[in-house]
Amino acid sequence: MTSTVPDRSVLVAIYRKMALVKLNDERVIATIKAGKLFMPFYSARGQESIPAAISVLLDPTDYLVTIYRGVHDMVAKGVPLKQLWAEFAGRTTGTCKGKGGPMHITHPESGCMVTTGIVGSGIPIGAGLALAAQLRGEKRVAVTNFGDGASNIGAFHEGLNLAAVWKLPVIFVCQNNLYAEHTAFAKGTSVEQIATRAVSYGIPGVRVDGNSPVAVYAAAKDAIERARAGAGPTLLEAVTFRFNGHVLGDAGEYIPKEEYAAAVAADPFPRYRNWLIEQGHASADELSAIDASIDAEIDEAVEFAFSSPLTEGSEVRRDVYAQGQQEGSAQ
Amino acid sequence: MSKTDKINMVQAINWALDDAMAADENVIVMGEEVADPEGGGIVKVTAGLSNKYGSRVRSTPISETGFMGAAVGAAVVGIRPVVEIMLMNFVAVCMDPMTNHAAKLRFMSGGQTHVPLVIRTMTGSGFQQGGQHSDFLEAWFCHTPGIKVVMPSNPAEAYGLMRASIEDDDPVLFVEHIGSYWTPGPAPERGSSIPLGRARVVREGKDVTLIGYSRSVADILSVATKLSESGIDSEVIDLRTVQPLDTQTVFESVKKTGRAVVVHEAVRSFGVGAEVSARIHEALFRDLKAPVQRVASVDAPVPYAKHLEAAFLYSHADIEAAVRQTFV
Repeated sequence: MTSTVPDRSVLVAIYRKMALVKLNDERVIATIKAGKLFMPFYSARGQESIPAAISVLLDPTDYLVTIYRGVHDMVAKGVPLKQLWAEFAGRTTGTCKGKGGPMHITHPESGCMVTTGIVGSGIPIGAGLALAAQLRGEKRVAVTNFGDGASNIGAFHEGLNLAAVWKLPVIFVCQNNLYAEHTAFAKGTSVEQIATRAVSYGIPGVRVDGNSPVAVYAAAKDAIERARAGAGPTLLEAVTFRFNGHVLGDAGEYIPKEEYAAAVAADPFPRYRNWLIEQGHASADELSAIDASIDAEIDEAVEFAFSSPLTEGSEVRRDVYAQGQQEGSAQ
Repeated sequence: MSKTDKINMVQAINWALDDAMAADENVIVMGEEVADPEGGGIVKVTAGLSNKYGSRVRSTPISETGFMGAAVGAAVVGIRPVVEIMLMNFVAVCMDPMTNHAAKLRFMSGGQTHVPLVIRTMTGSGFQQGGQHSDFLEAWFCHTPGIKVVMPSNPAEAYGLMRASIEDDDPVLFVEHIGSYWTPGPAPERGSSIPLGRARVVREGKDVTLIGYSRSVADILSVATKLSESGIDSEVIDLRTVQPLDTQTVFESVKKTGRAVVVHEAVRSFGVGAEVSARIHEALFRDLKAPVQRVASVDAPVPYAKHLEAAFLYSHADIEAAVRQTFV
């Protein structure tokens, strides 16, 4: 771990978010596998250091944009588990009443403004949220998350260029998990480090070990401070790995066995947990108590979701247009 | 300027933008070359605005995916961007932010967010601009629930419809016909607006209903005048907005006349004319004296050469022939 270690309270706050993200991810998978929930799930197990370390630096008023592999980002930012699970289950109490689903979670109260299922699309949208903050003279920032695959699509390049030209308060977080769907990073990307692409846009590009919460924290702190100070955007590449393939059910034949085994052996969650204990930042009992409280919170969320009423079919005609203009035409 | 003075559509839209920006500081203008140092837009629709409103009027890089996506993001938190896509064909490079995001975020968020965005664009054949600078693509967007499509026919309408589009909480595509820009018309009353989704009966008549929007309204009126000399009394409807589509006004007219012809510059197949025709047949089959006719451009890309453009676009003779077909 690097030298700029944050305070104990921050380290524990990061742990709490990592545990929340990990345990929630595992519960989703278990619930799907038990046949109690049908939904497409893009697990981020293995990537939890990134949103955990970034989100402790953000306020609820800061904007978040994420992608279909984004439940970890949302949960870390503060989207309530109850409403999240109710959305998964298609209930009226869900964040989006069951009309968005896991790929389109929106929860403005926690700053989760847009979740997109289209690779790269969130990058210009994040720039636009930052533009709104800049126009209004606010201090808030936008954090927009995407994967390594998105760095090859036009929206990435257009979004970074625009944000750089207009000095927008946005942090572009590339969670490089080394695979774009089933294609290995090097097969589809012309550079060894995505962070170097920042040079093309005249903005800082920083590459960190995305499995080190302390390293992510330090880099994100610089980027967020820079954005809040009006100095413009940063491209932050956090190198990581996803343990459950592209979409749940993906057996991952395209990943070499040795690479997969090494990644799992270096699982950032137990590594960080052990480090906290070894360094005396927290006791095993303290961390176990956190885990237990999160488990209880997830139990409650699952119970809330499945006991909530299903959203009525008539909802498909609502929210297409503003109220009173539902179908856009007299029929 | 008094109400009786004439202005053109360039001035009318400029007024609408100016008045909307003065009324609401959340209204911003973005697009290629829209600010005054870059010329105030290639046909000067946005001239003078950046001098008056500063950084609220932003020239962008030639980067439609980038700035359209940014406009969507800003709109989600209450900015009201009016984005210029220089020519309608260029929407093809930013369909994702328009159709996957602007049109759907209200629904996909369960009504928690919405996108009060206006996309201005211009197009039209007749200027030898060829296959990538002249198309009418409104049907693409009418087929995407969540977005509205406005197509004004004259300066005063353009002013009122633009004010309503900017005030609207849904994304609106606002299509300006290049061929209508410099045609003078009565000046609008500043501050007025025209509600979206209400068609206008431009000319009353009893024998046949002629339905158009954008530049075809002027063509239809001209043909209606000619037909009146041979005893055919045409009612002319300007749809103004094609999504929402004011079927009520159309049905009331067709119930009276029993005949209808739809005219648009977009290509014929799978277009707005097909939708209008289908709705009339579904609702008023027994009231019709003849099948509804469509007049549109040939199902082909817009050609370059002047005589080929003329062969591509409908003519007044085509409209007249379609009307006479309803009397056979």
